[in-house]
Amino acid sequence: MNDTAIVVEGLTKRYGALVALDGISFSVPAGTILGLLGPNGAGKTTAVRVLTTIIRPDAGRASVLGYDVVRDADAVRFRIGLAGQYAAVDGNLTGRENLRLIGRLTQLPRQHIAPRADELLERFELADAADRVVRTYSGGMRRRLDLAAALVHQPPVLFLDEPTTGLDPHGRLELWDILRELVADGTTVLLTTQYLDEADRLAHRIVVVDRGRIIAEGSPAELKARVGSTVIEIELADEAEALRAEPVLAPFGAGCGRDGRTICIKINDGTRVLVDVLRALDAARLAPVALAVREPSLDDAFLTLTGRHAEPVAPPEREPVGTGGGA
Amino acid sequence: MTANAMTMATPIEHRGLGRLASAASDILAVTGRNLLGYRRVPQLLVFSTIQPVIFVLLFRYVFGGAIKVTGVSYVDFLMPGIFTQTVLFGAMTTAVGLATDLNSGLLERFRSLPMARSAVLAGRTMADLTRNVFVVLLMAAVGFAVGFRVHTNAPEFVGGLALVLLFGYVFSWVFATVGLWVRDPEAAQAAAFPVMAPLVFASSAFVPVSSMPGWLQVFAEHQPVSVTASAVRALMIGGSATSDTLQALAWSAGILLVFVPLAVWRYQRTA
Repeated sequence: MNDTAIVVEGLTKRYGALVALDGISFSVPAGTILGLLGPNGAGKTTAVRVLTTIIRPDAGRASVLGYDVVRDADAVRFRIGLAGQYAAVDGNLTGRENLRLIGRLTQLPRQHIAPRADELLERFELADAADRVVRTYSGGMRRRLDLAAALVHQPPVLFLDEPTTGLDPHGRLELWDILRELVADGTTVLLTTQYLDEADRLAHRIVVVDRGRIIAEGSPAELKARVGSTVIEIELADEAEALRAEPVLAPFGAGCGRDGRTICIKINDGTRVLVDVLRALDAARLAPVALAVREPSLDDAFLTLTGRHAEPVAPPEREPVGTGGGA
Repeated sequence: MTANAMTMATPIEHRGLGRLASAASDILAVTGRNLLGYRRVPQLLVFSTIQPVIFVLLFRYVFGGAIKVTGVSYVDFLMPGIFTQTVLFGAMTTAVGLATDLNSGLLERFRSLPMARSAVLAGRTMADLTRNVFVVLLMAAVGFAVGFRVHTNAPEFVGGLALVLLFGYVFSWVFATVGLWVRDPEAAQAAAFPVMAPLVFASSAFVPVSSMPGWLQVFAEHQPVSVTASAVRALMIGGSATSDTLQALAWSAGILLVFVPLAVWRYQRTA
């Protein structure tokens, strides 16, 4: 499985004055997970839409399993599955009917549609709710059905646009497990996320996008080496002490800002340094009043990579829609 | 997932004639899905069945007494008009349905599937046509129950119903375009009404055009609802049907020629 499943070259897409994609290029080896990481409005969803043949790029090209997403759009559609941000299932159909509809529309042989739908309902723990109309489903159930719908025709390449947004922690872990299984079976996955930890845990490679451009890419380990794997926040008695503490802490890792009497530093070798940090503070006769250790967020990563906070440059391309199924 | 499952459920990539057959199958699948939706949304069922029945009763028993038509009883004059009005109002559900699918992200999913590009719009308008068949039959039953009688013959009556259904189908394409344009179910209805009201009420559907002021008659006599209602009327209760039928067919063909490409163009641009 050394083939390349997805190739993106100089992809550009504009919406009026807004440049959603500004010539991005990357590739995804078959059987791996690529995490497309960035804030709202970074261009992640636009990239997924181009790759899933929903919209055409203005410039550049992209291919999936060797098929061009514009010229061979149909061939691409036979080989991809898409689960978007909005749980795109029909609220008026039952879970079973939804999956069978997708089975027909993905041109599965007739006799295989029903068994495949049942298999997926079972696998996504929806068998008990299979014959209920989807508008009675919980948000988590809808998301599971949405993912199941993306898998009906066993696509070798899967696109997931912020698949865990709106899921509870348990649902997130479940979805992660399913994705790992799929990849173990040879599926290639491109997923977009706003969560650094999600990309870190799942992805083989991460591409960080901002304002339609790639600002960093590499393995999770490589990115963490740049961003810092742990963030320590130290709160001191007052601002004067905090100012005094800053040079003391500087040798331990990159600063990530001081907010009043709280100092933030990023360290690469985990919490081992913590003891040294406390010793150094003690030697300087500084006693922290509070101390927090956490993993870096997307925002921390952005601050490191771009020198500014991760803020959306434009409103999301579409407002999320509630759980109402509609007509 | 077993290796066996991996090999069994893989899509068939149709070529040549197989593509046509699979396109037909896609349209049927989407049509069936839309019809199921109608059955499961009570508001829609009410909107598309109860409302026309109320219109029949309202005009038959409340307004009818005040409306003078010469030569025929008002209920015989009314029913062809109500048929036409009903399918026109019903066409609004095409806009609502498409706008709803657009908002729920379902159209986006459909666009990523290896299905016929035409299936979404064709399946939606086909479902609305099928619904109209039921509605029109129900209306005919109600009409007969309140005194409506066919003065011509069965083939002409069926021809009249066919003309009504064609008219409804044509306007489904108009409202498909509206729904894709405004993208919001409520807004689609709001946008539709100002167009519908003059078409339906400044027409020969409920009252003779000759009762309107002169300036309005010019519009009322030639607009599509009037010529269709008049053609259907002639086919069901007698009179010369040829001219109105030809005009009605010309309107239908003209509107289809404009709005099918427009709806398709809009659909291709909408994601």
